[in-house]
Amino acid sequence: MRILSLAGRRLAASIPTLLLILIGVFLLLQFAPGDTVDAMMAQMGGGDAATARQLREFYGLDLSVPAQLGQYLWRLVRLDLGFSAIYGKPVATVIAERLPATILLMTASLSFAFFAGLVLGVVAARGVNRWPDTIISTLGLVFYATPSFWFGLMAIVVFSIYLQWLPAGGLEDITQVQTGIWRTLDIARHLVLPTLTLGLIFLAIYLRIMRASMLEVLNLDFVRTARAKGLDETRVVVRHVLRNALLPMVTLIGLQAGTMLGGSVVVESVFSLPGLGRLAYESVVQRDLNTLLGIVFVSALLVIAVNFLVDLLYARLDPRITPGG
Amino acid sequence: MGWVRGYFRSPPAVIGLVLLLLVVAMAASAGWLFPRDPLALAGRPLVWPLDNPRFWLGTDNSGRDIAAQIFHGARISLLIGLVATVIAVLIGIVIGAVAGYYGGAVDTILMRVTEAFQTLPNFLLLLVLVVVFGSNITTVTIAIGVVSWPAPARLTRAEFLSLRNREFVQAGRTLGLPDFKLIFGEILPNALPPVIVYASVVMAVAILLESALAFLRLSDPNVASWGNLIGLGRDVLRVQWYVSAIPGVAILVTVLAVSLVGQGLNDALNPRLKGR
Repeated sequence: MRILSLAGRRLAASIPTLLLILIGVFLLLQFAPGDTVDAMMAQMGGGDAATARQLREFYGLDLSVPAQLGQYLWRLVRLDLGFSAIYGKPVATVIAERLPATILLMTASLSFAFFAGLVLGVVAARGVNRWPDTIISTLGLVFYATPSFWFGLMAIVVFSIYLQWLPAGGLEDITQVQTGIWRTLDIARHLVLPTLTLGLIFLAIYLRIMRASMLEVLNLDFVRTARAKGLDETRVVVRHVLRNALLPMVTLIGLQAGTMLGGSVVVESVFSLPGLGRLAYESVVQRDLNTLLGIVFVSALLVIAVNFLVDLLYARLDPRITPGG
Repeated sequence: MGWVRGYFRSPPAVIGLVLLLLVVAMAASAGWLFPRDPLALAGRPLVWPLDNPRFWLGTDNSGRDIAAQIFHGARISLLIGLVATVIAVLIGIVIGAVAGYYGGAVDTILMRVTEAFQTLPNFLLLLVLVVVFGSNITTVTIAIGVVSWPAPARLTRAEFLSLRNREFVQAGRTLGLPDFKLIFGEILPNALPPVIVYASVVMAVAILLESALAFLRLSDPNVASWGNLIGLGRDVLRVQWYVSAIPGVAILVTVLAVSLVGQGLNDALNPRLKGR
């Protein structure tokens, strides 16, 4: 309960941040050349000035900027994100359609990066400054420097074009109707390359942090005590060191949530996945400002939600964290 | 200058420096080796590397020399990386210094703004900025700088928090130095080294951000950027994969060099933290 109230307070503290983001981006988008009506008129193939004026009146675009902002925020309270003129649907619907793919991709990449980083970090720390450590650390550096979209393209060349093991894009095979377990397997097959691509940079970061954190904890007194007790090395690492070394890794999940969402824009474009990131890219190209603002809102919510979960997890891992501290 | 010797004792740091010098040499010699416009038509499209001695890295889909684009691209990447980093670090230092020095309400407000920037995915903010201000090389560079300042700001603030009550600052205060002089003349020089080292991370990320933006064709199409070339090569990925592959290696090498040099500087300046 105490943990919940602590995390709840952190959650409440993020409301001003959210407001700041929304107001900032809303005002910023006022400077964008062209508005929703311009985009609609372009879609309709042009129209006269009177129609444009009527449309502007209809969407409240003739009001002053503060009034528009007030209206927008009030609509947001009722979870109304406005209307996308490009997709001809409410923005909330468009985003809801695209959200699952992104959440799936992010969860998969995060799990991959976290666990692979954890294992590699432990292996590197156990053999510090010997060849396993050198190889793993070098790989980490190279992964960190690899542009994710380029890695994705090269993975497509090798695994989809030459070896033909994995599909080159899309979320599922749309040429045949599949249900149940086969559909799940098909989606999983489509997500292998995107997951690796998005997870690679984070894998590099996690393994570096895990290695450093392990090295630090391995030098602490309680580890010496555990060894002196006669525990074997595996026991010492798994039961005593790991839990303590995990704390910085968990913090990192919260810090990297935003970066990962940003990375999904590129990765979803490479693999043509129908996700939030691709939607962001499309709305930029099509100047669909309402949708873009909606995505900003939902992304910020997503980052805040991840941080909330991280707070809960953190408190579970480290009982010393109390509402007082 | 013990840290210089420390730097050269670490093989990864030396490799990083060599690679970085290589990229700088490429940028410097681009105008001399490839005097023609790198985006001008040079020959037949899609010549494989080494097939024609005139184009040892081949040509892209529209018959432009890839080698020329790689050399000129080094200029663009380094330029955007450097300028964006300077912008980000300057904004970060000013905000972090003011927040850390004054504390209280000023600190709370500035940290809220920083938090807002960190909550919003920075690539998304970059997209918003590109929509609003267009995508020529100047606006893209400034936009990358503007989305990258929160981390240096937090670092500067932390340094200021630990330094602001030290004796030398109190002595300055007793002498009646104005806040401006205390912040920038007394505290900042002591807070600077970790921020400068961190700048290498900012630069690595800035180069990656620009290439990603260019790959999505949202950066300046009128400059020879590595990301542009990768995006272009995507159309012929099935057979002529080298068009995308070559510029990717260039980005990888550059970012790797910048990170290795940053890491080497960090280890050399803080020998106690080596290996972290």
